Amino acid sequence: MSKEAILGAIRRGLKRGELPADQRAMLEARLASHPRHLLPARSRLPRAEQVALFIRNVEKEFGSVTRLPNMAAIPQAVADYLAAQNLPARFAMAPHPELKRIKWADHPMLEIETRQGHPTDLVSLQHGYAGVAETGTLMLPSDPHRPTTLNLLPDTEMVVLRASRIVGAYEEAWDLLRAEHKDKLTGSFMPRNIMWVTGPSRSADIEQTLELGAHGPRALHILLVDDDPSAKA
Amino acid sequence: MISTSPQFVENASRAMADAGLQKALGTAKGAFLQRRAAAVANLPEFESLRDTARDIKNHTLANLDFYLEKFAENVERAGGKVHWCSTPDEARAAVLEICRKANAKTVTKGKSIISEELGINHHLEEHGITPVETDLGEYIIQLRGEIPSHIIAPAFHLNREDWEADFRRAHTDLDPDRVFHERRDILSEARTRLREKFLAADVGITGANFLIAETGSSVIVTNEGNGDLTQTLPRVHIALASIEKVVPTLEDATSLLRVLARSATGQDFSVYTTFSTGIRRKGDLDGPEEYHVVLIDGGRSNMIGTEFQEMLRCIRCAACMNHCPVYGATGGHAYGWVYPGPMGSVLTPSLIGVKEAGHLPNASTFCGRCESVCPVKIPLPKLMRHWREREFERHLQPGAIRSGLNIWAWFAKRPGMYRLASRLGIGAMGLLGRKKGAFKSLPFAGGWTQGRDLPVPQGRTFMDEYARRQRAGASR
Repeated sequence: MSKEAILGAIRRGLKRGELPADQRAMLEARLASHPRHLLPARSRLPRAEQVALFIRNVEKEFGSVTRLPNMAAIPQAVADYLAAQNLPARFAMAPHPELKRIKWADHPMLEIETRQGHPTDLVSLQHGYAGVAETGTLMLPSDPHRPTTLNLLPDTEMVVLRASRIVGAYEEAWDLLRAEHKDKLTGSFMPRNIMWVTGPSRSADIEQTLELGAHGPRALHILLVDDDPSAKA
Repeated sequence: MISTSPQFVENASRAMADAGLQKALGTAKGAFLQRRAAAVANLPEFESLRDTARDIKNHTLANLDFYLEKFAENVERAGGKVHWCSTPDEARAAVLEICRKANAKTVTKGKSIISEELGINHHLEEHGITPVETDLGEYIIQLRGEIPSHIIAPAFHLNREDWEADFRRAHTDLDPDRVFHERRDILSEARTRLREKFLAADVGITGANFLIAETGSSVIVTNEGNGDLTQTLPRVHIALASIEKVVPTLEDATSLLRVLARSATGQDFSVYTTFSTGIRRKGDLDGPEEYHVVLIDGGRSNMIGTEFQEMLRCIRCAACMNHCPVYGATGGHAYGWVYPGPMGSVLTPSLIGVKEAGHLPNASTFCGRCESVCPVKIPLPKLMRHWREREFERHLQPGAIRSGLNIWAWFAKRPGMYRLASRLGIGAMGLLGRKKGAFKSLPFAGGWTQGRDLPVPQGRTFMDEYARRQRAGASR
């Protein structure tokens, strides 16, 4: 068995056999406590400044952000954005309860299909789980309400994100997931897929020169809902 | 993969005379360096984070057996399967078997350098399965039948004209007279072409930047999104990873990610950092139904407990080659195998033998820039020196080098003789060259003077000059 051969060779190199019980217990405890390391000071800010840092970083990475007072403002903001980009008023939407609750019917010109992404989709609307101010990064975990393909196949991805879900550092987003998410298959917190997305897709493979619009979305637009009084500008 | 590392000297000479390659190296030169410097300057904690990154990797390597078993346990809990492979042969067989069981005709691939090490594409083709590289750089490399010349920028050696010519040659169904106004037009054509391939693929193969023991996840870091399409759309996902990729927790991976993109492309964070954990869950609308991790040793376990264990900290950012004057002059292909630059000069002899790759540790000026930028602080020059010692011990160098070194060593052990000989040598050369100012050629040093002139020695030896100044100082 190669497994035994590999583990045996590692142990020979380390000049020991299997780990003794007390050392195993120490390592198990490290896994259970998953200690944080140094967090950069740049995101250790009051809430309002954290949100401002998030927006600045998204824009630095060629994404765009519209701030909205509440969820009810989303349909109009979507319609305006699509019109401004010369895009048809048609998109694939994540079947997330918060998105489904929005009164889309008041905006009949928007054609919406609630489903995963399809190869011919021009636009998608995803539900953002969290945002990380440190680098302007979205955390998009997969679950039945948040299909991964919506982040990949459309030309333009729009993401609804609540300001209360913006944290400073990645570690704080892991804390949210550890506390809130329960995976039915493993009993642990990790879903099948988590994408951390920082701006639209790009490549620098041709002469080390950056070009936007590789295989993923060519544009990333965030609809940021100000649901956190302490985070308002 | 078969290496041409034994021909490093010839490869390097050819590379230096290749006008196209030199143009590409000239264009690229500085881009990665400036971006990295800017990203590092923008994060005051960067130096401390390098220490953290080094310590996380050291802790993991000291307990590698524990963390690999923990990782495998958690992959299986999430419905995945781990294939432990000691050798490249075993890994190729494991990949082929998974593809056959899936009745795969085409396989899409995200960029994976371990896949190059294993020669996966060739093996699949031999068995009637078509592999399609989807990373833009890897795609053109596959069209050209080459190997990557850089671990994060596979097409580092190509110019825009090469891209245009190759696309015209390969995409024969398109108008041959089409114009590529901008680089973006090239990118756009690849995007359209590869979209069809993504949708047709039965299996997607990616590499892994990290494996996470705590959760059983494989992590990929990309900018294009091709790796994500590769691991999301097909029914079967295979992640190829070598054993040293494992880290204990998400927090550990996060700290390493903070130094990875900054060291590699100079971005604060790559566009897509994706954690894959097992199979499609009940109710999920997308994602693969099978998840396999092919875990490869390939000679790495033999490095543990040796002076080369430190090399296993490497997170493949390519900062060392981006900052290497030798890589900058020859490009990556001269190194003759998968891993070029300083990290390759240390790793390649470990994996394919010092007999095969003994030239590579000599391809260094020992300027130390590689070590100074390494995000996990691998002492690359020291490790190259270890290989030079081993090469010498095993009598792998040509006779001229060995006897030259022996003569030098005889004098070096006898300081009086050394000083006398250098005084005589310098005096003679000073007399001979007094009128010329520089030697265009010298006996026994034709290779050296071929590329440059040796200035005629001025005055006295260093030791004589030093002694004179000491005396002058004492009498002041």
